[in-house]
Amino acid sequence: MTQRTTDITVGLFMLAGLAALLFLALQVSGLSPKSAKSTYTIYADFNDTGGITPRGRVSMAGVTVGSIESISLNKETFQARVAMSIHGDVDNIPADSAAVIRTSGLLGEQYIDISIGGEMDSLKPGDTFYSTQSAMNIERLISNFASGK
Amino acid sequence: MIDRIASLGHSGVDFIISFGHAGRFLAGVLSGVPRPATGFPLLMKQLYSVGVLSLAIIVVSGLFIGMVLGLQGYTILSDFGSEAAIGQMIALTLVRELGPVVTALLFAGRAGSALTAEIGLMKATEQLSSMEMMGVDPLRRVIAPRLWAGFIAMPVLAIIFSVVGIWGGMLVGVEWLGVFEGSYWGNMQASVDFWDDVINGVIKSVAFGFVCAWIAVYQGYDCVPTSAGISSATTKTVVYSSLAVLGLDFVLTAVMFGNF
Repeated sequence: MTQRTTDITVGLFMLAGLAALLFLALQVSGLSPKSAKSTYTIYADFNDTGGITPRGRVSMAGVTVGSIESISLNKETFQARVAMSIHGDVDNIPADSAAVIRTSGLLGEQYIDISIGGEMDSLKPGDTFYSTQSAMNIERLISNFASGK
Repeated sequence: MIDRIASLGHSGVDFIISFGHAGRFLAGVLSGVPRPATGFPLLMKQLYSVGVLSLAIIVVSGLFIGMVLGLQGYTILSDFGSEAAIGQMIALTLVRELGPVVTALLFAGRAGSALTAEIGLMKATEQLSSMEMMGVDPLRRVIAPRLWAGFIAMPVLAIIFSVVGIWGGMLVGVEWLGVFEGSYWGNMQASVDFWDDVINGVIKSVAFGFVCAWIAVYQGYDCVPTSAGISSATTKTVVYSSLAVLGLDFVLTAVMFGNF
């Protein structure tokens, strides 16, 4: 086999590798050029975050509008402080909206749902949700029910 | 009894010495300044025999492993009524674990053993010593291109393996078992992160490529120059590479994905 043919085959091989990496990026991990668009961060304090994790979904009326950035413990109030990055084009969340932790399906993953308020002012970057609703804890529900509370 | 303990110590010291040899050998190979004019064609030739010729086994294994994952995953997940998560399962398994690891194991068997046998036979027929006599450094002329070729080819092969596997899983899950195609890709895209999953998998395969190529060329260069010596060196290449890959995989997984 001549050197030229070898070079061409190896070149095709490397190209196939690059194409495969591109496929993994675009089709498998859903990395789109759009995902680099601007986001802003808002916060919410929960009594119980349940099973939400960083990179989890933040949705509004079922449409994904952002993701969970980080979850940390506020040492003064003993609440969990969740930072969410919201897509920049969703900039009119009413200021009295509530952040609710919901579960998709009975056994599915947990996510944060923003239930819309009615105020004219909207949340600005760095703001904190005024009202939140923590994760539904089935064990607690059952024990409350059993003890008749 | 004392003899046994002594021989245990002896083999331990031997192990450490051979590790030292391997390290010095690696330093010798990598310290040579590459000369693009002569080095590049040599590297191309090795990339062809190590990478391109391994492509067939990688593609076929990837396809079948993806199909098996699809079939097994569907059987288990449909018990919980969540067969839509099959895409997520297949993609994460392949990209994080099976892609790099199985590629490295196949690579050690397909390409690593060939490298060892080739270099070992060169040594047995005194081609390496005659190169030295002619003033050609065999480390640079023979070993370095093979080491670099293994190092470069492995990540490429692992990425192709993952992609073919994901496609094979889709073939079984979507075309055959009737999972909705949108949820196959949608769940996958929601759960696979490019940097945390794909790139970490690529980093794994880079490490495996380095280790497999190093073991293969060192075993060839270090073998006893007889036919029995070459055969035992080839065996050692496959055994050591497989063990090193599996051990290293645990360590890398613990570092990359163990932060819970």
